Amino acid sequence: MQIDRFEKRVLMISGALVAVFIFSMLYARSKYNDLPACIPFNKTYTEPKVTKLDDKTYQVFAVAQMWQFQPAQIYIPVGSDVDFYLTSKDVVHGFFISEKNVNMMAVYGNINKQTVKFDKPGVYKITCHEYCGTGHQNMQAEVIVNDPAAR
Amino acid sequence: MMTENTNANQNALSLGDWQLSPWLKRIIYWELGIPLALLSIGIYHGLMQVIYRAGVLHQSAFAGLDYYQGLTLHGVINAIVLTTFFAVAFGHATITFYLKREPTKTLTLLSFWFMVIGTLMAAWAMLSGKASVLYTFYPPLKGHPLFYLGTALLIVGSWFPLFDWSRLYRQWKRENPETKTPLAVLGTLVNFIIWFVCTLAVAYEVLVVILPWALGYKPTVNVTLARTLFWFFGHALVYFWLLPAYVMYYNFLPKLAGGKLYSDMAGRIAAFLFLIYSVPVGVHHQFSDPSITKGIKLFQSILTFGVTIPSFITAFTIAASLEYAGRKRGAKGLLGFFTKLPYLDTDRYLFAYLICGLFLFIFGGLTGIVNASSELNNTIHNSAWIPGHFHMTVAGPVFLGIIGMSLYLYQTTSGKKLFMSKVAVIIPYLWVIGILIFSTGLSWGGLIGEPRRTNLGLTYLNPKSELFTPEWVPTTMLGLLGGIIMFIAGIMFLVVFFGTMLKKRSAEGMLTFPVSEALHDEKRIPLFDKFKPWLAAMAVILVIAYVPAFVDATKNPGPGAPRFTPDNPVPVQTEQPSATTTTGLTKPLSFNKN
Ligand code: HEM
Ligand SMILES: [Cu+2]
Ligand SMILES: [Cu+2]
Repeated sequence: MQIDRFEKRVLMISGALVAVFIFSMLYARSKYNDLPACIPFNKTYTEPKVTKLDDKTYQVFAVAQMWQFQPAQIYIPVGSDVDFYLTSKDVVHGFFISEKNVNMMAVYGNINKQTVKFDKPGVYKITCHEYCGTGHQNMQAEVIVNDPAAR
Repeated sequence: MMTENTNANQNALSLGDWQLSPWLKRIIYWELGIPLALLSIGIYHGLMQVIYRAGVLHQSAFAGLDYYQGLTLHGVINAIVLTTFFAVAFGHATITFYLKREPTKTLTLLSFWFMVIGTLMAAWAMLSGKASVLYTFYPPLKGHPLFYLGTALLIVGSWFPLFDWSRLYRQWKRENPETKTPLAVLGTLVNFIIWFVCTLAVAYEVLVVILPWALGYKPTVNVTLARTLFWFFGHALVYFWLLPAYVMYYNFLPKLAGGKLYSDMAGRIAAFLFLIYSVPVGVHHQFSDPSITKGIKLFQSILTFGVTIPSFITAFTIAASLEYAGRKRGAKGLLGFFTKLPYLDTDRYLFAYLICGLFLFIFGGLTGIVNASSELNNTIHNSAWIPGHFHMTVAGPVFLGIIGMSLYLYQTTSGKKLFMSKVAVIIPYLWVIGILIFSTGLSWGGLIGEPRRTNLGLTYLNPKSELFTPEWVPTTMLGLLGGIIMFIAGIMFLVVFFGTMLKKRSAEGMLTFPVSEALHDEKRIPLFDKFKPWLAAMAVILVIAYVPAFVDATKNPGPGAPRFTPDNPVPVQTEQPSATTTTGLTKPLSFNKN
């Protein structure tokens, strides 16, 4: 099979482009490693709470249910790393902190985890972005970083 | 009729016009007409959605229909009913035209009635408000059993033609062993094989996992497994939408432009690459899901990039074909050919529909690459970016191909003149303008945190609500403006289509297609003219890609979930109470933040 000169070029360019995509993705992954992690189900994550591991490290056990997040307000000092553990008590919900690229699905019987650093003070909204029934548009919570006056 | 089929010349196909048998013609008309009539409901709800989202209405329901009910109708009608009916009707037409053989009457009728009855069942459930679970119907949200059963019937009905067509194809192949399979036939068969394989997963999900649970025989359901099964189907679904448009781009667009197809081989390679790559990448819809490991997500992301290759090949081949057509008409310079194409030619109105779709697909493809990158996906997953992206694909090339070809098929086979032909060629351009505005609004909104599938008008865009988010006003306004333009274009199309139907016949109707010759008509290479090796490769990749995902989906989750209706956080009681039905919630919760 002889390949047309132009087609050969196009194949090479497309191959190179795809390689660039894949490389950038791998690079981003090694640098930020911020995809939701796979944690086998464990009952301890189903009770909402915020725990402080040390001055700069917090754990948030977030529970989504129709139509609220618990805890609804999370106070964190600036500069802390926060591990979010997420589950749902009923249907599938979303957990979206747009400015921080936190993006997880809350699924019954499953635990999702993502870690993020809050290095600027402010109020970060957590929005439910998966349709979860008639009250879906009411579902929001907030992470309040170091600045209670900002409310 | 049946006698003109085999050609004396073994190396060329006779592609003359074909007179469809009256019964087949009638079925094709119904298969085009029913979903187009339903489309009026589909785009009405599209309009309502942009209105709600922009905060013009601060209500949960308007004219008796709730936002999420409308969204379910919009998704199911536009994305499943219209596309499936059309693919079957168009498949009947291409197979009959290229192979000069008609499918059998019984199987065709059976398939038609399965699809119609299934659609009616699902439509009843949605219209009566018993299945506002969106077209993805993620459990443990529970819809009416007839909703699941109806969609399953629609899908099963669309399988039958594949068996019929492959029989016709094998027959043809026996008689013409040395002739290349026509590219359009190859595309149609590839498309329905993809469809058959991927719908097996959703049939399993619906019939084995969901229905027994929705009916109350099983107390709980594994949500992650259901999601994984759904996306096995849900991603391949988008190729099932897209491939009919590809068939039109390769086979008809060059001829309509006044040129030739640059390379026929490119089309074959693209079709087979779709066959092996398109099904195994569905996990890329689950980058944000729990219980699927990062390694699988990475692998699926890389595989997904593989799917860009057939798209690049197509982009190049079609652009080269158009360039050839333009140069033949005297175009000069690198891009001069763009000015020499028959954009507003009412005799070739199909060209306008196809070229507009192709133009939108550039943006659809670019935004799609963002979605496919597991890391970038974190920024936009489930945000308004997603409908911004897929309206440039499914409401772009797919939809424009569907409506353009429906009009063309009806008009040519019925022998009627087009109703308002000047309007008919303008519609796709109007649609492009609408979509570009609409999708800009949604994509931008997604980047600044606007969620998808949300009645924003009730809260986020209601100044009286404590959740009011003023940043989203300009983005949703753009969505509103674009959506209104799209709505107008859509209604204009329905007027043209049904207006044409009401016209008197003015010529003998024939099944005919603007078949493009190939500029580089390569010799037949057996590997690219056989399904078996590709099917084997597909099976291998499928197993490698999906076994680990299914293992994850069954191993990592905890107890299964009970049933919930969309308006109540208390689980629906099942006959056999089980330990998992109590979630600790006793009364409905208010949704205050504290
Ligand atoms: C008048 C034209 C249209 C308008 C104004 C429109 C508007 C919209 C809007 C605003 C959404 C997002 C709703 C939300 O996420 O809350 C949406 C979703 C959707 N649209 Fe359209 N649309 C139109 C035409 C179409 C067409 C022609 C198709 C397909 C052939 C289509 C397929 C879909 C699908 C599949 C969804 C996703 C449903 C879901 O997320 O469950 N739309 N549409
Ligand atoms: Cu929610
Ligand atoms: Cu929600």
